[in-house]
Amino acid sequence: MILQALAFYVFAAITVASAAMVVTSRNPVYSVLFLILAFFNAAALFLLIGAEFIAMILVIVYVGAVAVLFLFVVMMLDINLTELREGFLEYFPVGALIGAVLFAELLLGVGIIGSGSTTVAALNAHGPHVAAIDNTRAIGRVLYTQYFYLFQVAGLVLLVAMIGAIVLTLRSRPGVRRQRAGEQINRTKEQAISVVKVPTRGGV
Amino acid sequence: MEALLREYLPILIFLGLAFGLVCAMLGGSYLIARQNPNSEKLSPFECGFAPFDDARGQFDVRFYLVAILFIIFDLEVAFLFPWAVALGDIGLFGFWSMMLFLGVLTVGFIYEWRKGALEWE
Amino acid sequence: MIVGLENWALARPELFLAAATALLLIYGVVRGEIATAFVSVATAVALLVTAALLFLPYREGTAFASLFIADRLTATMKALVLVGSAVAILMSRAYFEQAKAWRFEYPLVVALATLGMMLMISANDLMALYVGLELQSLALYVIAAFQRDSVRSTEAGVKYFVLGSVASGMLLFGSSLIYGFCGGTAFVQISGALADGRSAEIGVIIGLVFVVAGLAFKVSAVPFHMWTPDVYEGAPTPVTALFAVAPKIAAMSLLVSVLMGPFKPLFAQWQQIIVVASVFSMALGAFAALRQQNIKRLMAYSSIGNVGYVLLGVASGTEKGIQAVVFYLAIYMVMTLGVFATILMMKRRNIMVEEVSDLAGLARSQPMMAFGMLIFMFSLAGIPPLAGFWGKLYIFMAAVEAKLFVPAGLGVLASVVASYYYLRIVKVMYFDEPAEAIDRPSFGVNRVVALVAAFLIAIFSLVPQPLSLIAEAAAKGLFQ
Repeated sequence: MILQALAFYVFAAITVASAAMVVTSRNPVYSVLFLILAFFNAAALFLLIGAEFIAMILVIVYVGAVAVLFLFVVMMLDINLTELREGFLEYFPVGALIGAVLFAELLLGVGIIGSGSTTVAALNAHGPHVAAIDNTRAIGRVLYTQYFYLFQVAGLVLLVAMIGAIVLTLRSRPGVRRQRAGEQINRTKEQAISVVKVPTRGGV
Repeated sequence: MEALLREYLPILIFLGLAFGLVCAMLGGSYLIARQNPNSEKLSPFECGFAPFDDARGQFDVRFYLVAILFIIFDLEVAFLFPWAVALGDIGLFGFWSMMLFLGVLTVGFIYEWRKGALEWE
Repeated sequence: MIVGLENWALARPELFLAAATALLLIYGVVRGEIATAFVSVATAVALLVTAALLFLPYREGTAFASLFIADRLTATMKALVLVGSAVAILMSRAYFEQAKAWRFEYPLVVALATLGMMLMISANDLMALYVGLELQSLALYVIAAFQRDSVRSTEAGVKYFVLGSVASGMLLFGSSLIYGFCGGTAFVQISGALADGRSAEIGVIIGLVFVVAGLAFKVSAVPFHMWTPDVYEGAPTPVTALFAVAPKIAAMSLLVSVLMGPFKPLFAQWQQIIVVASVFSMALGAFAALRQQNIKRLMAYSSIGNVGYVLLGVASGTEKGIQAVVFYLAIYMVMTLGVFATILMMKRRNIMVEEVSDLAGLARSQPMMAFGMLIFMFSLAGIPPLAGFWGKLYIFMAAVEAKLFVPAGLGVLASVVASYYYLRIVKVMYFDEPAEAIDRPSFGVNRVVALVAAFLIAIFSLVPQPLSLIAEAAAKGLFQ
């Protein structure tokens, strides 16, 4: 139990520290790297509350794909570092306000649970107990049958994302020689070679 | 809960070991080795890379498309994990449910392929 | 098994549309760009067939473990959305061909967006609502930026995407609060939990406010309208025509079914929000449009104003109110499509123009086009006895019956102010010195759409009863 508490504080501290570094570091590439660190630690925190599926998804999808995409974007755009900094103070109050509102609502949620009108146990009663079944299996049991409809629509959303990405970014470049296996194999002797009668001393 | 976390204990120990080892190696070389730097020592030798430079180098936009397509298939794979774990419980319907999902994404895949989005040129 | 055959039968129109889109996508990519014209027409036909499938035979009930609902209201709204999208696809060819962006993906992405709208309309659960909304939004972000070589189109896409994601985030945040406090995401569970006296809980109300804010963004009601003028102006004109029609109707229908369904017990709480949004939308739509020179931007403000009127009908919370909403949306769709068909015909020396001043003296060079525009503008202004007048009349009557006297009075005032800029366009067309003449519109889809729209408005003006009966039947579906 003590180990669990220790692990929680270590991971939580690193998460907060690296999240702070994401917004304050001078180089956007470092920001993305700190973001990855924050994701890893958040995954560890999820693991500590028994949400192993979300932890794995965080590592596979967020660290493995989203953060890499961020890195690409940061590297692709020609961002001037000092320009990036300029708006910071200007937008800080608005950002702080939004953060404060969200934080207040979190406190509200905690407060209502604490006040006894709703208890954690009552909220947990809707789902299977964490100890009884691992949550990857619990998700798998409902996602493909009970929530069949949502699952298939999620597939359609991914399809739209694919089409959208290609429609908006794929450009065909003229004058590129591509390998076309079918055409290459189908070439006949007649297409490829021609017999030319070369007159003596005439050349082709 | 306890049992679940105990399964992950080796990973925690591994992380601790990795961290400790790195500290030991860096700290060791800092403490034991003779530190006597000069500008010639720190400059790259002959044809090497400049060791301290902006970490940002510009990329071709085409990498971006590849990365997006990768994310989409990554998410698809994420859906496969719970399915594989729970396949025994959800029966034939669960199986075909996933096949339909994969079918939709296969349509997308055919589209990608024919469009040439997977070719580098 | 949870998903039996009766579920599939209920969602038959959606399944048909999804299958048709997938097949056309494969056909298009195999044949290449030469298939564009065929895919475009085929998609429009598929959308119309889907609309027909809604009523032949008509079915109602819930499906897919109660995530999906079909009744008279959803069927009517879906039919409006499908027809709107189909017409918007047909109208797009000339514009995109000229912009060198005539590609077969456009109609297919529109069809997927329309599918998302249908799922939104049929949502009976917060999760179903969200996936439907995301399917629609994601597809719409793509088509806003579809003309990718144009900086303004790309900018419109990015702006819409960023602000739309924020709105989706708010919606999700609100949904999670509601889930936490009501113990379920299904609409029945929520209304059940709220009915047994938990309505006063502040968490639910905050959740409700967030959900309403997210939906208000999607219908572009004040104060969540900021994206509308920029996106409408920047997006390619046929896309703007689509945006002004289909997603608005779908999101409005969703708003109605969320507010009148699970949150019925909180009527007193949400009525204030909707009334405020409605009054401000009407006012902003009226005043901000006065100085607009770009006709697409002007239509953006006009659509914000129109959303204000519709919201007034929603705020009344009565069957009459919902009937007025359906009636108004149907007429709004016809008018808007007519106006955009006319805008798409505005070419000078074969180049698209979109300033109000370009219309100067249109009555002399193209009298038919000017007359059509005159009908649409008079109808939008709500001048009796045109169709737009009946729409507003129904809304205001419902509002007065629900004792919303002050908002209804403000609405009448706003519509008087708004009539100024509609009539200004008529004045520019009929009394201003002609600018260089607009090209004679070639015979094409846009001309047909404008003609049909003008014809329909004439019919609705003379005999509004049939449409009103359809709207009444739809509204009954919600109050069974």
